[in-house]
Amino acid sequence: MRPYTVALAGNPNTGKSTLFNTLTGLRQHTGNWAGKTVVSAEGEFIHEDTAFRMIDLPGTYSLYSNSADEEVARDYIIFEQPDVTIVVLDATSLERNLNLALQVLEMTSRVVVCINLMDEAKKLGIRVDTDQIERQLGVPVVAVSARNKTGIDTLLDKVAEIASGSHVPKPVPVIYNDDIEKKIAQLEPLIRQTLGDRFPARWVALRLLDEDESLISSLRAKLHEQPATEQKEEIRYGRTACH
Amino acid sequence: MTTSSSLSLADASTGSYIRLERIEVQGVLRRRLLDLGFVPGNVIEVMQKSPLGDPTAFRVNNTTIALRIEESSLIFGYYEESDER
Repeated sequence: MRPYTVALAGNPNTGKSTLFNTLTGLRQHTGNWAGKTVVSAEGEFIHEDTAFRMIDLPGTYSLYSNSADEEVARDYIIFEQPDVTIVVLDATSLERNLNLALQVLEMTSRVVVCINLMDEAKKLGIRVDTDQIERQLGVPVVAVSARNKTGIDTLLDKVAEIASGSHVPKPVPVIYNDDIEKKIAQLEPLIRQTLGDRFPARWVALRLLDEDESLISSLRAKLHEQPATEQKEEIRYGRTACH
Repeated sequence: MTTSSSLSLADASTGSYIRLERIEVQGVLRRRLLDLGFVPGNVIEVMQKSPLGDPTAFRVNNTTIALRIEESSLIFGYYEESDER
């Protein structure tokens, strides 16, 4: 059986690479500055006799500002569709970090939120209510300290549950204002018709409404790889929708 | 609550707190600013101007961000009495 794929997403400097190294035993370089992970690193690990392939995505604050790093992370999640995406958050600045978590949750429901740097947070007197965050997001939330190797087993149990399909998370959707929701409702059936069920229609609708040229061109390039039969119409659709 | 009128971040005095009201920066940079926490309703601190007066450092979501006048003059808000959020 092929190993399950697990992507690691997160803001810069949240300890993603430390977590990656802890799990895979690879000595990918970690350091206290932003933007190290330019190309995503890969490694493998075994948990309870199940093999996982882990991809360390570049650290980003967002998936929509269209820097090269963000495009790599976004394209991996949307086109490679990993079995599980772990979103690593910095326990000491959750407010900023949750932005990325919400973006990923709009793209895929197969997410485990991993709140790292719990040791740092504790030092600063920050208490993190993981149950409450779990309720509000609708996906498993695990507190860990990658450096001290605490919480890792719980994290991997959750990852395994989602990878095997024994637990299917139901992320709480972000509801936008009436205008936007109306447009999403209009676009969604058209997107399903053209793209099928390969991509999350609501998310694609939001990107089109945001005139996300970068996503549209990635999508167009991806569709060129597909059999020629459905191509024409899909490409034309992308073009009209962005204007 | 304050009753002061809207001003741009470029006009805000050093050391003050501003509750953001609207962001008129457009395009990719708008997205970037939103991602960093320049979101309507959020309170940011005007930390210090650089020696030549531009850029200015702002404290947002526990992070220091420097903005040039081209951007800070397009971000608007109200003085907040304290840093209470």
